[in-house]
Parts: sequence; structure tokens; C-alpha cells
Amino acid sequence: MDTIGVGSLPIVIMTGFFSGAVMALQMSRALATYGQVGKTGMIVSLTLVRELGPVLTGLMVAGRNASGIASELGSMKVTEQIDAMRALGTDPVQKLVTPRLEATCVMLPLLTIIADFVGMVGGWVIAYFFLALTSRQYWSSAWRNLEWKADVAQGLIKPLVFAVVISMVGCYYGLRTTGGTQGVGRSTTQAVVLATVLIFVLDLLITKIFVFQGAS
Amino acid sequence: MAAASEPILRFDHVTVRYGDVAALDDISFDAVEGESRVIMGAAGSGKTVLLKTALGLIQPDGGHVFAFGKEISSMSEQQLFEVRSKIGMLFQESALFDSLTIEENVAYPLENQASIQCPPDQVHPRVVEALKFVELGGTLEKFPSELSGGMRRRAAIARAVVTNPPLTLYDSPTAGLDPITAHTIIALLIKARDTSHTTALMVTHRYQDGNLMANFRYNSEQGSLEPAARQNGGKRGARTTFMLLREGRLVFEGDQQRLESSNDPYICKFVKARE
Repeated sequence: MDTIGVGSLPIVIMTGFFSGAVMALQMSRALATYGQVGKTGMIVSLTLVRELGPVLTGLMVAGRNASGIASELGSMKVTEQIDAMRALGTDPVQKLVTPRLEATCVMLPLLTIIADFVGMVGGWVIAYFFLALTSRQYWSSAWRNLEWKADVAQGLIKPLVFAVVISMVGCYYGLRTTGGTQGVGRSTTQAVVLATVLIFVLDLLITKIFVFQGAS
Repeated sequence: MAAASEPILRFDHVTVRYGDVAALDDISFDAVEGESRVIMGAAGSGKTVLLKTALGLIQPDGGHVFAFGKEISSMSEQQLFEVRSKIGMLFQESALFDSLTIEENVAYPLENQASIQCPPDQVHPRVVEALKFVELGGTLEKFPSELSGGMRRRAAIARAVVTNPPLTLYDSPTAGLDPITAHTIIALLIKARDTSHTTALMVTHRYQDGNLMANFRYNSEQGSLEPAARQNGGKRGARTTFMLLREGRLVFEGDQQRLESSNDPYICKFVKARE
């Protein structure tokens, strides 16, 4: 939990901040066409909470932890530690997979909330210093337009699903590693690739469900 | 001698396949109580697979494996834990858990084998005793990465024998070690065998290891090895059976004298130390 949560914090904060900032900068140009620069806060908060926060955090954690899990369990597999575990009366799934699944499921939503917030701060920095918006204008537009049922629920279900994907894919590839150290490298790569692709696919699927229900 | 007692481990026409390749091909043998079996063979001949099948880590594609009179080849993983608690296994590369200290590693089977039921206050003394047995008394707090290859192997032996299992399986205990360390390791295995009278299966590619196993015993008074011939009326390697595997098939099973008198070129390759 410490590795996944606290360890991922710096990279998640960095990604969140800069994506919020760049979103504000990009969108302000488009909004300026309609004379709606004041809505920058809304655009930034909606895109972050619904999409960018969960997906970018998911991708960062997939890169850090799906690979970490796959390589750790893969190394244990090729050095017969998994066999030793079974020989000594323990179920590797219970001992290795369950805690990783739990840690990721607790930490990813928390990291996403942090990324969302830091992203909004990033957007505010751009809005305040470069777009000449007041803080009040930015934050009220950002908060007012967030709906619990649609945006926040979606923004929290996504990281939960992504957490299951990241930990399960990491464990799956780790535990079926064969072929020595080369095999560990291969498993790690495959885990990151599959976790990343699945994050995008499931993101679309969840978004579609929310849109379909008319909640979006 | 052996025929009267129930076999501790029995392989009955066991076959294990990996795709089209048979890692074990129709293997049958009985290991009886108190017996030592030395399993030799070239790399890839199925030695490790045989030990893992005996432990139920690999399920055979054909045939039956019996341990302590129970068929383990059809058991679920949960049922197997019960049987495995009576079997100690030393893995080829030691397979100590990197993230645990030596003390935690050796305590692992005591704390996790459901059927062992070691009281918590007994764990530490038994771990200390097991580590003392392998002469690694001062390493409790160390991690496996801080030990040398030979010390890791000894710690792994301590983990394999800490529960006093009636059957022990040793996978290449001397692989990758210098001759002196290798001798120490085999001496420890003989000590483990002779102090607790266990049945042992040892995989090795060094004939010297098998020779030591067959012809030496541990003298607990002097704390050293001595030729076994003095004790059992001059009969060499009385309780040790040699097995030779070649590409998954059992090509030889018998005592040391028969092994040494064989003219088979494959067998001769292993039996270099002819007398």
C-alpha cells in the first residue's frame, strides 16, 4: 500500500498539475472564440474528474505498479519461490495476489482524487496568471458544474475498475512467468501493455454506460 | 528388508508432459521408510520434475503418485497442504523468500503449515535449533541476499527440516558450489537423515554426492561423518538406491554395486569414481 500509494504520489501530482494546466491553456483558446473564457474552470474540472484524472492516474500507476507487481512475482516464480510457498503450505494467490489487489483498490481512487484536485490547481494557476480570471470566477465555475451522480461517481468508479485491472494483470503475468530473467522482462512488458490498453477500453465502456443512462 | 514396509513414496507409471515432450515417461518406483534414493541424470532428464511431482507441485498427465499411502495425483491444492507438511523440500536455487529474514524464512513452514500447529512460543527456539543444526547460528536477522551461496543453501536446508518431516526431497543440493562447500552440504544432509531417520530423495549430477550419501553415516558423538560399512557389517550402501534418468525415462534402478558394474555408456558417464 505504501509503494503503490505514497510511492506513486509524486508522479501523480506532477501529471495532474501539468495536465490541468495545459487543459486550461488549450481550452481557453477555444473558449475565447465564443467569448466564454470564464468557463475555463468548468472545462478543466469536468475533463479532469471524468476523464483525465482517472485515466492518467491509472496509466501512471499501471506503468509503475503493474510492471512492479509483474516483475516481483515473475522473479519469485523463476527462482522457485512460488513453488516453495506452495510446498510450505500457503496459497500464493491468498498471500501475494489478495494484498496487492486490496492495496491498489484503496490507493488508486485516493490518488485520483488528489490528481483531480492538483489538476484543478494547475488550471487555476494558468487562469489566474495568464487568462486574467479571478480566483472566485475560476473556482465557482469549477465547483458549480460538478455533479455528484454523474461526474464524481464516474470519476470514482473508473479508478476502482482500473485498480482491479492493474493488479490482476500484473499478478497474472507475474505468476505465469517462465524462462528465467528474460521471461521476467517479457512478463513485465506484457503486463504494462495489456493494463494500458484495458484502461483505455474500459474507460470508453464506463463512459458509454454513464452516457447511455442519461446521467452524463 | 525394504519389501516388508509400506512405501513412503510410490510412483506408479507416472508420465508428465510439456507439449509433445515427455519430461517423465512411465516412471515407477517405491521409496520405503529410512531409505535414501540418489537420482542422477543429465540436465533436462526430468530430475526436478520428478521431485516436484512427488510434492504435488506438478500434476502427472498419466499414472499415480502415492505419498504416505494416499494418492496425491488427484488431490486438490488444499488437500495437498496436509501431505506437503510431511515432506521437506530443498529447491535447486534455495528459493528462500527475498523479502523475509533468515529467521522468518525458517519459521515460515512452522507458522504456515496448517497441520504442523506449532505454538507461537515454540517457533523461535525451533528456528534457532534448526539454524544451529546447519551451523548458521548468527544469521537470524540477515536477509538471504546478504549470505553466500553455500550459506543460503544451508538456510534452505534448515527450512526444509525444521518441521522434522519424515520424507525429504533435495534438488541438486550441491549445484554451483565449490567442492568443500558441496561436501559440507552433503554432510548436513547425511546428518539430517541419520539424526531423524528420514527417507530422503536426492537429485544430483555429481556421483561423489551419491557415494557419500550411500557409504557414510553421521556420528553424533564425534559430530562428523564416518564410513557406514563399520556399522552394517561391511555391506556397502545398504539403504541407498541409485536411480538414473535419461530423457524422462528411468534407465537404472539399483544399489551402488550394480551401478558400478554396469557397462552402459550413459551410466558410466556418471560413475566416474570407480573403485
